[in-house]
Amino acid sequence: MTERIKKASRHTNQSEGLIFEKCSPGKRAFELPPLDVPLAEPAKALGALHRSGGVEGFPEVSEIEVIRHFTRLSTWNYAIDLGMYPLGSCTMKYNPRVNEFVARLDGIATEHPCQPQELSQGCLKIMRQLEKCLLEITGMEAITLQPAAGAQGELTGLLLIRAYLEKKGNPRKKVLIPDSAHGTNPATAVIAGYEVENIKSESHGQIDVEKLREIVTEDVAALMITNPSTLGIFEERIGEIAGLLHAKGALLYMDGANMNALAGVTRPGDLGVDVMHLNLHKTFSTPHGGGGPGAGPVATKRFLEPFLPVPVLVERPDGKLALESQRKDSIGKVRAFAGNFGVLVRALAYILAYGPGIRQATEDAVLNANYIRKHLEGVYDLPYSLPSMHEVVFSDSIQKKNGVNTMDIAKRLIDYGFHPYTTAFPLIVPGALMIEPTESESKEECDLFIDAMRAIAEEAATNPEIVKTAPHTTRVGRLDEVTAARKPILRWKSASRTEAAD
Amino acid sequence: MRYLPKSPAEREQMLAAIGAKSIDELFSEIPERFRLRQALSLPGPLSETEIIAYFKDRAAENSVGYTSFVGGGVYNHLRSVVTDAILQRGEFLTSYTPYQAEIAQGTLQAIFEFQTLMCQLTGQEIANASMYDGSTATTEAVLMAERLTGRHRVLVARSVHPEYRQVLRTYAKNSGLQVEEIPYVAAVGTVDTAALKAAIKADVAAVVVQSPNYFGAIEPVAALAGEVQASGALLVVAVAEAVSLGLIRPPAEADIVAMEAQSLGLPPSYGGPFAGVIASREKFVRQMPGRLAGQTTDGDGRRGFVLTLATREQHIRREKATSNICTNQALCALAATVHMCLLGKEGLREIAHQNFSKAQFALAELEKIPGVKRAFSAPFFNEFTIELPRSVRIVNAHLVREKIIGPLAIGADYPELTKRGLVCVTETAPRTEIERFVAALRRALEQPV
Repeated sequence: MTERIKKASRHTNQSEGLIFEKCSPGKRAFELPPLDVPLAEPAKALGALHRSGGVEGFPEVSEIEVIRHFTRLSTWNYAIDLGMYPLGSCTMKYNPRVNEFVARLDGIATEHPCQPQELSQGCLKIMRQLEKCLLEITGMEAITLQPAAGAQGELTGLLLIRAYLEKKGNPRKKVLIPDSAHGTNPATAVIAGYEVENIKSESHGQIDVEKLREIVTEDVAALMITNPSTLGIFEERIGEIAGLLHAKGALLYMDGANMNALAGVTRPGDLGVDVMHLNLHKTFSTPHGGGGPGAGPVATKRFLEPFLPVPVLVERPDGKLALESQRKDSIGKVRAFAGNFGVLVRALAYILAYGPGIRQATEDAVLNANYIRKHLEGVYDLPYSLPSMHEVVFSDSIQKKNGVNTMDIAKRLIDYGFHPYTTAFPLIVPGALMIEPTESESKEECDLFIDAMRAIAEEAATNPEIVKTAPHTTRVGRLDEVTAARKPILRWKSASRTEAAD
Repeated sequence: MRYLPKSPAEREQMLAAIGAKSIDELFSEIPERFRLRQALSLPGPLSETEIIAYFKDRAAENSVGYTSFVGGGVYNHLRSVVTDAILQRGEFLTSYTPYQAEIAQGTLQAIFEFQTLMCQLTGQEIANASMYDGSTATTEAVLMAERLTGRHRVLVARSVHPEYRQVLRTYAKNSGLQVEEIPYVAAVGTVDTAALKAAIKADVAAVVVQSPNYFGAIEPVAALAGEVQASGALLVVAVAEAVSLGLIRPPAEADIVAMEAQSLGLPPSYGGPFAGVIASREKFVRQMPGRLAGQTTDGDGRRGFVLTLATREQHIRREKATSNICTNQALCALAATVHMCLLGKEGLREIAHQNFSKAQFALAELEKIPGVKRAFSAPFFNEFTIELPRSVRIVNAHLVREKIIGPLAIGADYPELTKRGLVCVTETAPRTEIERFVAALRRALEQPV
């Protein structure tokens, strides 16, 4: 079978311990310019507050050892830069390098959030330009760039809804969330002080509009919808859904995690959405960096603007931009300062690179997903057959007959040189394989992926053991997660002593 | 378009394979009335050269060429070029959250090292893989204390960063958590322990102090702990200037430490991205928010790392999760990890010493100006509050003309503290610039009103 693995071959990688295991007193990797003022005596000024011995256990290594340590670790990671990263709902697209360059410029990375605003006009113009672009792309009317990530964007959005309803006299009790939603949606609703009512999808994976009509009462504050849904399917009746919520005074929140399917093709603002968040680290190419940072701007209709978090970016009569902190109806602040500015810079650089051509990125993303779907349909079970947008969800029901599940297939994909797709999500598809190729993949890369998935399906039928015990080519095999959780080891400790506070 | 790896012919081939006549067919589920028929009105497309030019133009409209003495929760420190060289390795930069452990051991081991370094720095037993920033870490620490104690009142020192307190209020508003503020001692600048004592009742979940606090003053954490814990409440200590821990006793007595790691290798970047972190006691681990990396082994007994205790998190527990956080600040935490490895034990101690010495020097020079006084008597690290004989805003207007960004006015957040400003002096300020700042401030005060 190994001749079928075209994308990857074995190579040697370096072993490396923990940085703490390389330490030896006296080694150092950083030297300071000499102190040019008199040395103050901390023991005298600080007394009992003084930490005299330095930080016990801190590394003592040289510069080359630091470089080698982290370079070796890096080679144990898969990355977009190495190939397709088809995680569904994660939009792992190319992270343009010019974005990294401009975010590090002097005058960009060096700016302090508390410096005078007259000396920050460049930063504020960047934020203003990004606001305008995101409003144009979403068709919304007001925006905040403050939330640090998607989940915080969701919270901001729900707090806006709550503040608006409260002002009208009743914040209401419930937020409706489809069973296909991301876990952050229900977790967020609780922090915003709402009860969660889960709603079941109908047989095609869409929101059950008739059912919805029954449960939308004066108690419902909002419906949180992901569109396209986590099945990669556009909610065809979204206009109707918005209408029936609005008729009862409830609002429509859209989780913008899947905006990569829509940019340039349709606009949430036109669909009847009242408030939504965007994930700049998904649709707008800022790097995931092993889990973050992100940014989760929240765009709204005009009537929610008075409630936006402070500070709000405004244009003064003299044409200068300013951050305004006093707004009587504001929900407050959701994080310190004005947002993950460095992430905003990268997102704007991405939008400027495309301009209106961002539509082409959307089209290519949808083209790739459908191309993969076409070639894998039948080989893998397709539980929902409505047209796919930017991602496609299969199930492992065919392979299950031989005892092979989605996690096994995912792990075997590693041997074929690919990162796994998203496994076991959305929850409404038992044994889900959720595949999102993004626009960054060439036809050649898609073909290699299709070949790999077909080969694994064959293996699952003829030699299931090789799939069930995969991966076979990684530094470590499947790790014992049960012991990791039962007896957590969450930090390194020196063998000779345990560090107490010094 | 240079980011899109397809030729027109390839697009046609792919469409043909799908059996679609046009790309439009793939969007057929979107009702016609919602389809955009005109191009979006966006600037661009721009070449790489034009993108760089656009951002360089914006950079020139900022504070390049100015010397700043502003801290207030964000600190300018030396950073080795090595940190960015490592961060820009695509294997770190362009990888996802390490759910697939076998091909993410690099990220996972680095997180494990970050957690360890954070424990060493704070004197705590466990630390998580990162929160958004210091303000949300502080808020999440309070929510954690609420879950641990089952109590719903929190006492927050007014000397905690005003923005941290604002964020806490935003989150608290709808969760049934009552927030009360505790004053500081006017002449000292640290929390009023008598007022605190009087406010602690059996319904208090947490007491929150920051050290060094917003005024730069170091709070007596060890002394506070006994009182707080005797009441059954938890002591939450926020640390906004992590470099201080190279010289100042760590808040080991605290139950939860909420830290901002920005000053460990991250540029100010107009307010973010930074890295918050929560460190705590081992026995509280199951109420910890955010991701945790743990050590384990594979089938052959090889050491490896995985994300663990995920049953606390939103993707498993949904509405019953400890927090809604998903995406965190992983790459920023990696920056802090690399930076701390570079500094090492000696480097951190030296940097901390330099900050301390320079701040002491600057204060002594400032106090030579008639009418300029130290506002609070408590010991400080690299930031202190001064009292001026006239408005900070007017003084700063003069300083800006000399290309100096001067004391951070705090009167808007503390109406009783007009004419007071925060001055921060780190190792990045050469003596000549400190002296220029002092001379300019003297001139500013000599100007007729």
